This record gives sequence, C-alpha cells and structure tokens, in this order.
Amino acid sequence: METLKFDLDTKPLREVNQFLHGDASSLNGKKVVIENPNGAHNVAVGLKAEVDVTIKGHAGYYAAGMNQIAKVTIEGSAGSGVAENMMSGVVHVKGFASNAAGATANGGLLIIDGDAGLRTGIAMKGVDIVVGGSVGSFSAFMAQAGNFVILGDAGEGLGDSIYEAKLFVRGKVKSLGADCEEKTMNAEDKQILADLLKKSGHADVSPDSFKQYGSARTLYHFHVDNAGAY
Amino acid sequence: MSDNSHKIPQTKPRYSATFDEYTNSEIRRAAATGIYDIRGAGSKRKLPHFDDLLFLGASVSRYPLEGYREKCGTDVVLGTRFAKKPIHLKTPVTIAGMSFGSLSGPAKESLGRGATAAGTSTTTGDGGMTQEERGHSTTLVYQYLPSRYGMNPDDLRKADAIELVIGQGAKPGGGGMLLGQKITARVAKMRCLPEGIDQRSSCRHPDWTGPDDLEIKIAELREITDWEKPIYVKIGATRPYFDVALAVKAGADVIVLDGMQGGTAATQEVFIEHVGIPILAAIRPAVKALQDLGVYRNGKDSVQLIVSGGIRNGADVAKAIALGADAVAIGTAALIALGDNDPHLEEEYQKLGTTAGAYDDWHEGKDPAGITTQDPELMKRVDPIKAGHRLANYIAVMTMEAQVVARACGKSHLHNLEPEDLVALTIEASAMAQVPLAGTSWIPGVSKF
Amino acid sequence: MCGIVGLLVRNPKLRDSIGELMMPMLIGMTERGPDSAGMAMFTAPVAADARKFSLYSGATDFNWTKLGHDFEKHLSIKAKIEPKENHAVLTTTLEPATVKMWLKEHYPQLHLLSVGQLMDIYKDVGTPQQVADRYDFKNFKGTHLVGHTRMATESAVTPAHAHPFTAGEDWCLVHNGSLSNANSLRRKLQKEGIEFETDNDTEAACRFLQWRMREGDDLKTALNHGFEELDGFYTLLMGTSTELALVRDPYGCKPAIIAEHDDYVAIASEFRSLAHLPDIKNAKVFEPSPKEMYVWKL
Repeated sequence: METLKFDLDTKPLREVNQFLHGDASSLNGKKVVIENPNGAHNVAVGLKAEVDVTIKGHAGYYAAGMNQIAKVTIEGSAGSGVAENMMSGVVHVKGFASNAAGATANGGLLIIDGDAGLRTGIAMKGVDIVVGGSVGSFSAFMAQAGNFVILGDAGEGLGDSIYEAKLFVRGKVKSLGADCEEKTMNAEDKQILADLLKKSGHADVSPDSFKQYGSARTLYHFHVDNAGAY
Repeated sequence: MSDNSHKIPQTKPRYSATFDEYTNSEIRRAAATGIYDIRGAGSKRKLPHFDDLLFLGASVSRYPLEGYREKCGTDVVLGTRFAKKPIHLKTPVTIAGMSFGSLSGPAKESLGRGATAAGTSTTTGDGGMTQEERGHSTTLVYQYLPSRYGMNPDDLRKADAIELVIGQGAKPGGGGMLLGQKITARVAKMRCLPEGIDQRSSCRHPDWTGPDDLEIKIAELREITDWEKPIYVKIGATRPYFDVALAVKAGADVIVLDGMQGGTAATQEVFIEHVGIPILAAIRPAVKALQDLGVYRNGKDSVQLIVSGGIRNGADVAKAIALGADAVAIGTAALIALGDNDPHLEEEYQKLGTTAGAYDDWHEGKDPAGITTQDPELMKRVDPIKAGHRLANYIAVMTMEAQVVARACGKSHLHNLEPEDLVALTIEASAMAQVPLAGTSWIPGVSKF
Repeated sequence: MCGIVGLLVRNPKLRDSIGELMMPMLIGMTERGPDSAGMAMFTAPVAADARKFSLYSGATDFNWTKLGHDFEKHLSIKAKIEPKENHAVLTTTLEPATVKMWLKEHYPQLHLLSVGQLMDIYKDVGTPQQVADRYDFKNFKGTHLVGHTRMATESAVTPAHAHPFTAGEDWCLVHNGSLSNANSLRRKLQKEGIEFETDNDTEAACRFLQWRMREGDDLKTALNHGFEELDGFYTLLMGTSTELALVRDPYGCKPAIIAEHDDYVAIASEFRSLAHLPDIKNAKVFEPSPKEMYVWKL
C-alpha cells in the first residue's frame, strides 16, 4: 500500500485536508500519515474516500469530523467532538477523548481506547461507539439510534431523554438520566455487543459482564404527570 | 323624585385590562390541561416596529431620482470576508430558514421556485435538505442547527452557503419542538427518530460552548467545504451588540439577526411573547458592533447583516436597510404569500376553532392550506408552480416598493439609504432606532450598549 | 471567553527559562482570546519584611522615577521601583494599607494590580503576542505562573478587565467561561464590604472566593461554596505562593488539559498550547474531571 506523509509542522492543515478531499479514485486504498499534529484542530475532517489516515500524536477539536468511509486512527488523545456527525467508516482514538465524542454521528464505528469526556455520544443518530475506559457525565444525552459500549464506568445522567439507542455498560453507572432504564439483554442485543467488542479489539471481554440500558419511552409523548422530567 | 328612587344609576360592567378575555381563556386552558400553550408563528402583541418610522423624502434640500427611469440598484453580495464563493442576489429580500417537517414538501418546493424566480436565496431548516428545495433553488443556504437532525456532509457540500444557527427571534435560548402528528415516516427517517413521537430539539449545539469554541467550529465547516462557502451565523435578538461582536470574532462572514416577531414552527407561547427584543431595537446595536470591529461596509473585509422578524413590505425592507442591514429575510410573510391563513379557507379554519388570519397551531399538522403539515392529502392543496409564482410576485413588489422609497430619498442603490433618512413617530421607536422624533432633533437615551 | 495557561516548574534548572517555556503556551491561546492578555508570575520572594506592588499607569510616558522619589521622600522609607513600559513593580517594607492610601492620595490614576512577596501581575489590551512583547514575558524567571487570553463577552476590553484578578496577597485567578449570576453576586458581596474594580464576571468569582476565605474557609471549602453559588460555566485556574489549583464547573463546559511531568506541570485550555514542552511525550496528559479540585504544589 502506498504511504504518503504530511508534517503539520511544515505543511498547512488546509492543504492536507484539501488533499484528503481529492478524487476518491486517487485516494482509495492509500495510506496517509499526518505527523506533528500537536493538538491542531479539524485534522482530517470531511473525508469521503476509502483512505487510511494515521494521526501521529494528539489531535485538537473535531478530529475526523463528519467522516465518511475513511479510516482514521489517532495515536494520541482527541479534543472535543472527535468524529462528530460521522456518517460511516472507522475512527480509532488510541488515547483518551475529550467532550462530545461522536456527537450526532449517524453511522460508522468510533473506538476510544482510553476514557471519554462528558456528553460522549450526545444525540448519536446511528453510530456505534466503543469506549475502553470510562465516560463522563451526560453521555448519550438524547441518543437517538446506534449502539454505545462502555467498558468502564459512566458518570451522572447516562442516557437522559434517550430515544432508541442501546447502551451497554460494564462498570458502574453513577446515575441514569430521565427516561433511561435498565433493559434485559436479549440474544440479538448480545450479538450486537459481542460483534462490537470483537471489532474494537476487546474480543476477550465477555458480553455477559455488561448491563444494558435504553429508553423507558415515557417521554415520547408529553404527559402532565411527567412534567418534572422535562 | 321618589318615583325614580328605585332606579339607582349603575356603573357598567368593566373588563379588566390585566385579566382580559384572552388571558382568562389561557388560564382556563392551562388549568384544564396542565401543559403550557404551544403554537407556531411569532409574537402577536403590539410591538414598536418599522411602522413607527417614516422616511424623509427629497424636497428642496435634496434631489429625488425619477421613478422607473433612473436606476436604483437592489443587488447584494453576501459572504465576501473569507469565502471563495460569495453569494450574489438580485434583491435583498431572502427567504428565512424553515424546515421540511414543519413545512410540507410542496411548500418547500414553492419557496425554492419563488426565490429562484425572484433572484434570491432560500434556506433549509431543522431536519435536513430535501430534493424538493435543492432541486428548485438556485441559491440554497443550508442551516447547521443544534439538533443536527438530517445533517449530512454531502448536503453541506451541496449548499451555496452555510447558516450556523445559534438561535431564532421567536425563542432565543430555546430549542424547537415538532409534535408527533408531523413526525411522519419520511420526517422520522430524515431525523433518525421513532415515527409519531413528540420531538424535542436542543437549545444549544452539542459539541461547542461559547464563542472561543465557535471559532473552531466555523473553521471546521470551512475546512470541510474547502473554504468555498460563506458561513452565516444566525442569532435571536437579545444582546445584539455582544452577540454580533462575538460572532464576528469567531469568524462569521454574515450575521443573520432575527427579532422577536420572527416565526417558529412551534414553541411555548411564553417564549414567543416574552423572550427576546423587537427587530427595531436590535439593528442599531448590531451595526455598532460591526462598525467597532471595522467590518461594516469595509470592502472585502465586510461582514454583512441580514435582519428578519416581521418584515412585510418594501417599506420595512427600506427601513431595515436604512438602519444598517444589508439584506432582510422573510418567513411568515412568505408563507402568507404561498396561501397560509387565506380567507378563502375560512370555513375550514372555523372547524379548527380559529379563523383565517389567526391560525397558528402549525405544530398540529392540520393546516388547511397544506403548508405547515405533513398530511399527504392536505399538502396536495399546494401547487408549487402557482404558489412559487405568487411568492416571486410578492418579492418583486417588495423590491419595487423599497426602490420607490429609495429613489424618493435620492438614492441610486438601496444600500445608500442611511439612518439620517428616517425619523420616528413615537418616543419608543426614536430611542430604539436612534433616529430623531419627527419634527425634532431629539433622540432619547444615550447610545451606549 | 478565553484561553488559560498555567505552568509550575518542578525542576529548578528550568526555572530560569519559565518565560521561554510559557511563551508558545500563551500564543497558542490567541484565537481563544485575541482582545487582551495577562500573566501572574511567581518569582523568588522578596525579603521577609518586604512586599511587591504591581502598578499599572495606562501611559508609557509615566514618570516612575519621580514616583519612587516621592514615595521615599513622603514616607521616609526605602523603595525600589522597576518600570516596564506602563507597568512597574514597587518593592518596600511599608505595610500595604499605608502604601495603598499613599497611592490613592498622590497617584489616583494608577491601578494597583497585585500585592505579594512573590507575585507580579502584568495585563493589558492587545493580542497575546503584543502584550507578551510589551512586558518581555519571554525573559521571566520564576517558579510558576498563571496566564490568560481574553475574548470579551459582555464587559469592556480594558486593561482592568483583563485577567488575572487577585483576591489577596500572592493569590490570583483566571477564568474561562461566563457566569449567569455575576451581577447579583456582586451586589451581595458589596453588602459584605467587598470592593469591586470592574463589572467583569470573573472578578465576581474572584471576590466571592476572597469573601469566603475572609470568612475562614480554606480554598477547597471556598470552592465548594462556589459550586453552590456560582451559576453559569467556568474553568478556574488559581495561583498561590506555592501552588496552582484548577477547578471546572459541574457541566465541564469549558475545556482544560493537563500535562504532568517530573520537571513541570502544565495546564492549558487546549493541547496545542502544551505540544512544544520538553519531553511532552513522556508526560502524563489528561483531562480534569468536572467539579473536582486539582492542586499542584511546588
């Protein structure tokens, strides 16, 4: 596989992103390495080709934002909103991720090996997210669709006002948000969980060690008795 | 005398101005249901507005332009500051963001057709871009909203400009609402929601907090679209001086400022009537912020200002521009042009417990005009070609009216209108618009923001 | 809204280059705060009976030498004056109350930025680069520092509105965020006899902590009271004579990132301000949790 290197110490980010936005035919199957990201924002955003990008170090806000098809690996931590609104493809953060990782993402797979910050998976719309560590408070707030696997603990208000997303947590949940409740895991859910664990490098972890959470659906239609939960 | 003694004069029954009929009916409704009133449209109460301003036409001291013969330009360029491809419009009257979901597909198509025929832009809304509007809009502004319902990078790249929505005049600081009746299979799929639920939209963006983060978010949108498209930032009018200044510092190309008369698909009545300020009071502080930052009509570095909220005719357009706007946006007025609240549907409005001209339960999806609905039968009532034509006519009339006023003030372009061409009829309008009370040189208040 | 930076140098060999280490940190926060910048610098302490007073004149042609002479003549006491552009540090053994009174009487146009044995404060309007160059931040020597870049939200862009703010000797605070009840807090604290210099929301937070500590709270207890009374969102970074402390609001709205290394502890709003630090690859880099207090001692 052909590998191209960009050094953000010497090459402006705009040029690197524009290269990555080039014709799919010229990018498909290519491997791109981005060196010295040094916390730069908006690295590898808006990709739409089958390209494999490795960011060698810490990335700033919105790394791999709105990703489509591409595979982006961050060999460090990621700032706020990593893989926000991702549509497809894979984004893999080897370190920790800051707030709002995978916010509003529609599809694809977001893997975070370390911890993730507050509001991880906020308003997720179909993405799969696997966090190797723990997630901060208000994660999966208004999560609409998709699957969210947390190998560590979850903070306060997990899954507040959740719609149809599925949450799997192995550790402790500090508190559940409004309308989020524990569910019984059925065979289909277990299969989803097992597949995601395998895809994200946690094949050795048993799906049986997780609890599942989802929507109690009491807030789907306004009812005066639930007014306090709004 | 004693004959009339049984006739003691009676004072007439008197209604309270505080507890008027409308107020009492709302108390009874709240007591019966336990939920606040939700409705569409903008503020309905009497507010200081453009009607309280008048133009000083040319006379002896100034020289007017001849109507119809001498040129009075109306074109406007938006997004010159950072974008490679600014927007060029023939008229400063644009169509405000209204979502597919709140509006029917045919209504969206009508807006696209009308705007295109008039040489102006239309704008998407919450819920994403539909083929109807992209296909029929030459210039389409794509809204980027807190909920990101239907937000798709392919559509982002298809847009001619991106409007990052922070708030709207009807509900600054609040989120939207779309009740179950309108979450049809198509709307639900676009928004990734279960069909038929009451959808709540967030009041703030999920992945940034504050202007320092906003700067990075704007940079992300620019990177994704390769710095081609103008980025608008839409603000509900509350603290316009600070909000406009911060949006400029965060990198906006264009500011969209929406006053409290601006409509919404649905939100709480208390929000519509009690949060935000009228557009009349918002324009001057916004312009001051642009001036203080050196981006007001300053060549390529300019940040343009679009104002909205209760714009109805060419006089409003001309007054908004004279106070400092570069363009205006219409929402409610455009829907009326398409056929909303039309008296010929009176019988049907009566059945809904309302009357033509007052119908605002847009969230219920029963709009007899077929505009604010997802009902497949009702929406057939909108003929996008005819409705689009009506909208184009209406925009043309507004543009010509604005030209009439501008020529009378001796201007060869609408943009040469200035605050000094205006006076106010009331002290309130004089203070808010910072133009003198008619016949005086007095402007109440100190210009301090 | 703003950028914040903090640096505490553990390795004494690096303390002479703290200014150089810090410069890219501050410049890295330019987009977050282009309007004004400031720095509180903790140096070696002055003599046990002396104190430093950071003064701001607002004009570069201010005659600092004359001020030094006047001070010595009027008060019959030795004083050292070290001018830097429109700032100067006055060092004297006279007690602070007397110094303040004298300044108010004879030089009412001067702004007293800080009092302490170790801390100097410099703050001014301009981009971080301009402010840093004006006061030669690059050549600072010392043990730790707290810096700030400001994007004004609702209060004016003036040197007085710039951060850091102080709330006592050798104590400073910078803030990223915005408080939604700063005005009522200010009115409440004014009733308690706390004096304000600006309408900045950060000053309200600073004075609130000052008031709590005056009432006997230690910093941790004061901050716990802060969680109850400060509404809105904030990341606060504080400096004392021997430590740096950091806290984020319960919603974790504004960012912060920390690098702990054997040689130093560095704090910034974003990683891009830390990337240049020596051997950063081997530092422990993490994000502080909301509503938790982090303290690093020298």
